[in-house]
Amino acid sequence: MTAPTAAPAVDADASLARFEELIAAGETIEPRDWMPDGYRRMLVRQIAQHAHSEIIGMQPEGAWLTRAPSLHRKSVLLAKVQDEAGHGLYLYSAAETLGVDRADLLDALHHGRQRASATFNHPALTWADTGAIAWLTDGAAVINQAPLCRTSYGPYARAMRRVCQEEAFHVRQGYDLMRALCEGTPEQREMAQDAVDRWWLPAVALMFGPPDTEAGGDARTAALGAAVSRRALAWGIKRHTNDELRQRFVDTCVPQAERLGLTLPDPAIRWNEERGHYDFTPVDWDTYREALGDDTHWARQRVAHRRAAHEDGTWVREAAAAYAARTDDTARGEDG
Amino acid sequence: MTTTREAPPRHRAAPAGDADLATLLLRLGDDALVLGQRLCQWITWAPTVDEDLALSNIALDLIGHARVLLTRAGRLDGTGRTEDDLAFTRPERAFTNVLLAELPNGDFAATVARQLAYTHYAVLYYEALAGCADPELAAFGARAAKEVAFHRLHADRWTRTLAGGTATSARRLREGLERVWPYTAELFEEDAVLRRLTASGTVPSPAGVRRAWERAVADVLTGAGLTVPAPAWTATGGRSGLHTEEFGPLLAELQSVHRQFPGGTW
Repeated sequence: MTAPTAAPAVDADASLARFEELIAAGETIEPRDWMPDGYRRMLVRQIAQHAHSEIIGMQPEGAWLTRAPSLHRKSVLLAKVQDEAGHGLYLYSAAETLGVDRADLLDALHHGRQRASATFNHPALTWADTGAIAWLTDGAAVINQAPLCRTSYGPYARAMRRVCQEEAFHVRQGYDLMRALCEGTPEQREMAQDAVDRWWLPAVALMFGPPDTEAGGDARTAALGAAVSRRALAWGIKRHTNDELRQRFVDTCVPQAERLGLTLPDPAIRWNEERGHYDFTPVDWDTYREALGDDTHWARQRVAHRRAAHEDGTWVREAAAAYAARTDDTARGEDG
Repeated sequence: MTTTREAPPRHRAAPAGDADLATLLLRLGDDALVLGQRLCQWITWAPTVDEDLALSNIALDLIGHARVLLTRAGRLDGTGRTEDDLAFTRPERAFTNVLLAELPNGDFAATVARQLAYTHYAVLYYEALAGCADPELAAFGARAAKEVAFHRLHADRWTRTLAGGTATSARRLREGLERVWPYTAELFEEDAVLRRLTASGTVPSPAGVRRAWERAVADVLTGAGLTVPAPAWTATGGRSGLHTEEFGPLLAELQSVHRQFPGGTW
């Protein structure tokens, strides 16, 4: 970590004032600007978690690349998984502008010190799951991430503009995949409905996280979660509460599901004229406490897969490093 | 009133030249499809995230080539089969890809060795197709050659890197090259179909690019301090549908969802 060395106290006050001024004016904070340590840490944590989610998120869909049922769908899925790898890479680069190293972030993922979104701690059991993931999980991601295009940290905001454009395309492709299934044979429709039954609640709950005011866990962790969330809003890292975004997601999906002829697995969904929003069953966080932890088959499996790929590739990365060092030496030798 | 009972419409027989061209396009399409399928198996297992990205990009181009080639093959052979009919409903023996394309991936070095052999061949042969009289095939050849030229850069770069990296990577690459080289001769095989297509001036023969391929891969290998493998045997059979035992599982996986839903639309 190469955080700037601490400035004298008077300068620190001036720096903090300048930082707060920039945030208040809606200007972006750039890597060369002074920033509070807490701001830096919060960003590293959030950007890394997002990058890890892109990389881990490649697994449930990547597992279907070899089985995609048409060459068109195979191409679309390849392009999507490729985009996810790309998003992971831009986000790691954005995190690197905060003085951390990509290799250290991956190491933190591989050894459980940092996590990916718990949404992916669910298995993709059928082909329709690739459609449900793209439509619902990516749909939730777009709603979560669209405000991050205006987040206060410049490199993160710029990475997110590119990510969001591509994610929006994934959602359309996912919807299109589901539409094809719904217009197909009864067996195809049944597969589509089953996938939605399994992916709806993980998207609603886990893509947005617990309400900012009452995080899962005991009173202490809840208070802590709420404080972190307030801080993230004050610093302009976050722009909306988790519940606001969750409502926006439900409001977007209900009419889409109706058009597809699919039933969202929540009998409480109905239009509330007064609120101008759809009502839905509040998330039962107890159900998800388990999914949020590390001790489930899929949480372990996702990380074990990443770690195995990384370990299998060690000799390749070592070769690349040795070759780069040697060719750089040659170049330096020529210069010198 | 008598009802004339006609036999259900059968596909019309394709003219001889079209049938030959369809056979060639099916072979090339199968090569791209099967190699693309093998590369799909790498995704999320590559040594770096950058490589997951690179390999998925290459696989995407290969599937794109397969789609063009299979679509045209199905039109020309008179059966009216679509790209998906050809990819997802033919049995093992009807596939005519070279065995090189279906070889299990092995380690990253073996994949690099296979990519080196295939990409150098494909650029040269697609460039040759770009000069043929058939405008559709010429346009495909020109576009595909440009795309595979990027895959060739990727293979060349990894060949140099693994050869000049560590003792382990150099050894693994040599083993990879020894493993795949017996399967390279099949790329240049010429049979009656190709002889007729060449004699009629329809398309150049892959045999015609063999010398250039040998020179090109020798340049890369010797430049990386390696020797060109001189295999004591060469594999054959793919073009007549005689595959490796590993091909069955590859095809079963490729076709599984499509076959589970008869009459499905995707």
